[in-house]
Amino acid sequence: MNPALQGLLTIAIGVGACVGYFYFANQILDKVIFPARGPNAGRNINRANHIRPWLFLFPAIFALGLYLAYPVVETLRLSLSDREQGGAFVGLDNYSQMMSEPKFWEAMRNNMLWLIVVPAMSTAFGLLAAQLTDRIGWGNIAKSLIFMPMAISFVGAGVIWKLVYETRPDDIAQIGVLNAILAGLGGAPQTWLTIPFWNNFFLMIVLVWIQTGFAMVILSAALRGIPEETVEAAIVDGANPFQIFFKIKVPQIMPTIVVVWTTITLTVLKIFDIVFAMTNGQWETQVLANYMYDKLFRAGDWGVGSAAAIIIMLLVSPILVWNVHNARKEMR
Amino acid sequence: MDNIAGTKSGLIWAVHITVAVLVALWLFPTVGLLVSSFRTADQISTSGWWAALFPAEINEVYRAAAPDDNRIAEGDRFVVAGNVFGQAGAKEVLVWGVSSRAIDAYRAGEVADLGDGETITLLADGTYEWRGNDDQISGRGQRMFVTAGAPPEFTTGNYSTVLFTEGSGGGMAKAFFNTLTVSIPATIIPILIASFAAYALAWMEFPGRALLIAAVVGLLVVPLQLALIPLLKLHLGIGIGKGYLGVWLAHTGFGLPLAIYLLRNYMVGLPRDIIENARVDGATDFQIFVRIILPLSFPALASFAIFQFLWTWNDLLVALVFLIDATGETTVMTKQIVELLGTRGGNWEILATAAFVSIAVPLLVFFVMQRYLVRGLLAGSVK
Repeated sequence: MNPALQGLLTIAIGVGACVGYFYFANQILDKVIFPARGPNAGRNINRANHIRPWLFLFPAIFALGLYLAYPVVETLRLSLSDREQGGAFVGLDNYSQMMSEPKFWEAMRNNMLWLIVVPAMSTAFGLLAAQLTDRIGWGNIAKSLIFMPMAISFVGAGVIWKLVYETRPDDIAQIGVLNAILAGLGGAPQTWLTIPFWNNFFLMIVLVWIQTGFAMVILSAALRGIPEETVEAAIVDGANPFQIFFKIKVPQIMPTIVVVWTTITLTVLKIFDIVFAMTNGQWETQVLANYMYDKLFRAGDWGVGSAAAIIIMLLVSPILVWNVHNARKEMR
Repeated sequence: MDNIAGTKSGLIWAVHITVAVLVALWLFPTVGLLVSSFRTADQISTSGWWAALFPAEINEVYRAAAPDDNRIAEGDRFVVAGNVFGQAGAKEVLVWGVSSRAIDAYRAGEVADLGDGETITLLADGTYEWRGNDDQISGRGQRMFVTAGAPPEFTTGNYSTVLFTEGSGGGMAKAFFNTLTVSIPATIIPILIASFAAYALAWMEFPGRALLIAAVVGLLVVPLQLALIPLLKLHLGIGIGKGYLGVWLAHTGFGLPLAIYLLRNYMVGLPRDIIENARVDGATDFQIFVRIILPLSFPALASFAIFQFLWTWNDLLVALVFLIDATGETTVMTKQIVELLGTRGGNWEILATAAFVSIAVPLLVFFVMQRYLVRGLLAGSVK
């Protein structure tokens, strides 16, 4: 069968099943189980209305429970059991095995580097772009172009930047921009992605390139929300543009900066595709998510793989607690 | 806040220049990929993509047509005329010479003196005239060392190679449809499920509502890495195995927290009057939801749809784990590109084109629906 037709058919079935559930579940509730007629019509309507929220919520709760809550518990269990002993409980053996591997510590070190550099640079560039584009006529076009990498996949971005970092032998023309510039300045071409330690930064640039647009969009909205009187008062008092920006505007949007920072931090903690596509963790560029993937699907060791996943979860959990705390405070 | 008092015009210029530099930096890598995807393998490997935008300079050696067959008598002298490029104007002669030691001796249109009255002239469009006596215009044609400028040249050949050649060369057309098959249901299904749940969480009274909302906020940040092994085991255990159903379910599960969160926040803000009036008029919850809430929530639905579509289209990890089996029949574009990076790492014409095929759709969606994307981002992260 034509792949396009096959795709369409599978799409129709998947979506149709979903629509069908909501429609027929409601019909059955109202017409069959608690029909709104006969001697108990009034009581039946009330009963149906008590059940309906759960009817609406059931698929969501089921999917959330099965696809997010259950795996957290199950991964924790797997990280404490051993594959070779048929899943027997082995305590922290997997963790101690993992901690004895230099590759794990390399991944930890790199993840920490990513955690510092990427949110800081993305937020800084985003703030700069947001502040500057708000003041000029073609600001919206500029914003849209800086925002664009957000739509590009990590893998696509990996290819784009590999072309930038491309290296050719010394005696022929360089086709990577970075080496072409270096050659223009009279330097020897470098294989950027294989220089240990610094290659991490070349990978980070890719994510900064993607995330800056996100930071810019959010921070730009926050900057527009600043009451104009505060800025005007500062001007009257003789503040220069830099003082206005750093002493008046930035403090007022601090909460938004924190939100942007933590959102990017979450992305960084889970970063996988860029490293997987560009270096696959070679030349000391390993990160936790790719280390985990290696353990799970290349080494087939789900004990250590799950332990690595739990480490990622632990790193995320402070943000989780903070978010839930904020959401509850807001609802009161 | 344009032109606020105290803004100096010099500073405004600095702002314009800084933004221009930022935009150029951000755009440059993507443009490089786009341009490279329209160049041949030869062009890519001999010059950087930025050179493709300007006429290329090439050095070539031509010979005048064989005199014995082509010469024309003009009195006691002979002339051989023709065009080195075959047809006039195919390229442009910049400089030329008649000896390999001085290939840039003459400009186009100048006359080269070959001694004893023998001359040759070459015009910019490639037309030459070689004049001399009987003895000089004979034997082999006069050599010309030409530095020519070729106009920028682009090809769409890479796209047909990448899309329609099966095997390691591409097969991106199939991967394209596979990606589409993954991402469309994986966008629609969570929207359906989440909008019902969001309505219940926003407008229906039942015990445990606050707890459920807090749980959704918590699950928002759970890394999907945790779900890989338990769910793959589950899928294999209950017979779904690796395939579309599995990947749809996985994307649905991972996308739901954000969907519920965004939609609930939006629905809570809808005017209470409309909903209560409808209730008084005897509308059921199902009717209220379908007839009133859904149409009013369109902006929020659109925002989430874009997020989820971009996310599922661009995803690699979930597809690797839940979809792609050993046969590779269901491979998606991101996986195909990673494979090409491994096997055809140096073939930039293939890589660039494949990557561009995969990012074209998200870019289109991005530029058309940007408004909703921005709105969704603001609703999703700023309190």
